[in-house]
Amino acid sequence: MSGSPFTSTLTLAVGAVLVCAVTVVWLSSVRSVIRVVAFQGVALGLVVLVVGVHLGDPGLIATAAVVLAVKGIAMPFLLERSGGGALTRETRPLVNVPASLVASAVLIVVAFVASRGVAHFVGSTEGGLVPVGVATALLGFFVLVAKRRPIFQMVGLLMIDNGIAMVAFLCTAGVPFLIEMGVSLDVLLGVVVLMVLAQRLRSEFGDLDLDELQELHD
Amino acid sequence: MILVCILGLPLIGAGVIAAGGGRPTLGWAGVGANGAALGLGIWTAVRVVRTGPLTGAQGVLRADALSAFMVVVIGVIALLASWIGIRTVALELANGQSTQRRVTTYGVLVQAFVAAMLLAVLAANVGVLWVAVEATTIVTTFLVGHRRTKGALEASWKYIVICSVGIALAFLGTVFVYLAALHVGGHSADALDWTSLMAHARHLDPSLMRLAFALLVLGYGTKVGLAPMHSWLPDAHSQAPAPISALMSGVLLTVAFYAILRFKAVVDLAVGPGFARGLLVIVALLSLSVAASLLLTQRDYKRMLAYHSIEHMGLIALGAAAGIPLAIAAVLLHILGHGLAKSVLFLTSGEIMAAEGTSQIDGVRALLARRPALGGVFGIGLVALLGLPPFSLFSSELLMARAEFEVGLGWAAVAAIIAMVVIFVAVVGHARHMLLGPPGAAVVEAPPPGWVAAPLVGGLVVCGFIGVFAWPLSGLLEAAAHVVAI
Repeated sequence: MSGSPFTSTLTLAVGAVLVCAVTVVWLSSVRSVIRVVAFQGVALGLVVLVVGVHLGDPGLIATAAVVLAVKGIAMPFLLERSGGGALTRETRPLVNVPASLVASAVLIVVAFVASRGVAHFVGSTEGGLVPVGVATALLGFFVLVAKRRPIFQMVGLLMIDNGIAMVAFLCTAGVPFLIEMGVSLDVLLGVVVLMVLAQRLRSEFGDLDLDELQELHD
Repeated sequence: MILVCILGLPLIGAGVIAAGGGRPTLGWAGVGANGAALGLGIWTAVRVVRTGPLTGAQGVLRADALSAFMVVVIGVIALLASWIGIRTVALELANGQSTQRRVTTYGVLVQAFVAAMLLAVLAANVGVLWVAVEATTIVTTFLVGHRRTKGALEASWKYIVICSVGIALAFLGTVFVYLAALHVGGHSADALDWTSLMAHARHLDPSLMRLAFALLVLGYGTKVGLAPMHSWLPDAHSQAPAPISALMSGVLLTVAFYAILRFKAVVDLAVGPGFARGLLVIVALLSLSVAASLLLTQRDYKRMLAYHSIEHMGLIALGAAAGIPLAIAAVLLHILGHGLAKSVLFLTSGEIMAAEGTSQIDGVRALLARRPALGGVFGIGLVALLGLPPFSLFSSELLMARAEFEVGLGWAAVAAIIAMVVIFVAVVGHARHMLLGPPGAAVVEAPPPGWVAAPLVGGLVVCGFIGVFAWPLSGLLEAAAHVVAI
């Protein structure tokens, strides 16, 4: 890759998103995980901003502001509120930390192999970074299945969403503005719904792990 | 203008319910609004068949024959479900299981749910379609958890987590479609308009479109309840209040399938019909076998109906895989027939559950003797759902099988028929337990009031009528099938 300011800033911001994702896999304290996800939202906003400035697209710069506000500030704030109280640590993850980190490495390799086909449709700089977005989404999926606290599932969903949003911005400089707004609003509402559900679960049944939800099966 | 009215009417109903302060009878505002939306939908359908597609709201909304057909299906089921919903919330309020505030929330959310589905089928742009389908997930999560029991909360948690992952995959698929469209010089603002995608379809990059369609089938397929992404469905449908189960099973599943149909038309042009066909045949046969094996051992009648939905979604996917106009027309007829029969059954099962106090098949006996009205509707509904004449599911299943043989998918049709026979035996066995038997010492209970029975019987009558006389629908079905057929 060349050393132009665009390339290096973009690479840095995209890299930060992935580092955040791996950090979430590694951490078990709810409070720090929320901070890391907030930072990931900020880094994603930066990715959009850099692409927007590079293309001179005012719509994209406005989208960057929305992404920053929604994913960097609003959602972490909501998560912090719903995650307060007793839910402070993931104590019994299904996969322990060293194994999780190995799994992360495997998932990142998988992402790079799987997204080769898409990369050549995109400019060389962004194309090289598309696999990072896919990797972030896969790590989000891993967090979703491997951790048992409700709050980690919300974080996992958020990471999947951040990863996919990053692929969208890198591939196509973002879907049209109107749709991007709809998408952000839907995701934000989705997190609010999860938050309310988590609060209802807690108020009705106390502090619980998700694998205690075993009532419905065949 | 008319399309904006169709979308606005359910929301006006929501406004009236929100302003009214929690009286269950205000639900009639919702019924009226949904009925009016249905009327406008029928009028739109007539106009579209005569004069071609309509657009509205500066091109954001568009109705061709397929959209108009889906609006009619949504309208019919919404009318039935909001009607019985009045009874459901009134009973809950009388039993102290609910509060006036929750009655209002319920009414508003149901109307918002209907509006989101209408937006999904009227959207000109596949990005807006995505936003609307995601909005249905958000709204229905609260409705699934409406009862706030442990089971209901568990079901709604599973529902939103699994469907959010699914819908995220569908978004990635949409992004790849957008990328392919930009590459053939689509203008960025309208590149995701379905008509513009169709116009450029032959030039879209095949490898990218294959990847995109696989993600879209996986993503929207999660909302359709196709195996292997179906695991949320039996939980959500069994825990939700009966009118919500009716709406979700009767029409939300097929609204998500409508999204797959739209993309399939584009992909068929871009990569040839073989790819989409192969993918849909796999998920269809998988869904049919999952439904057959789990229906055999089912002990809960609401879950039984839920697994039955997975079966019918499998049949619809198989019909869509065939893809010729005959097959698509049959698929659409099946969407309407299944919607009617399944929503009547879910609504009746809500009445049975309220009367008998259990959703276990073992807990209900001799229904025909003790509660002739409820038992009769439930039994006839099952007859319709199992695809026996005169109901429309019989003709649509027959037509789908014929189309499958025509395009060389005869082996898949045979596999589907085997699964349907297994399901038939299983469901008849369960139904015999519930419906027949000596009444014992119990007296004959009073039937539900006439205004509750009327929509249930009416739904079945319509389902039987369109099974015998195709004429009111044939023009619309033919026009709609040609929109997306190969």
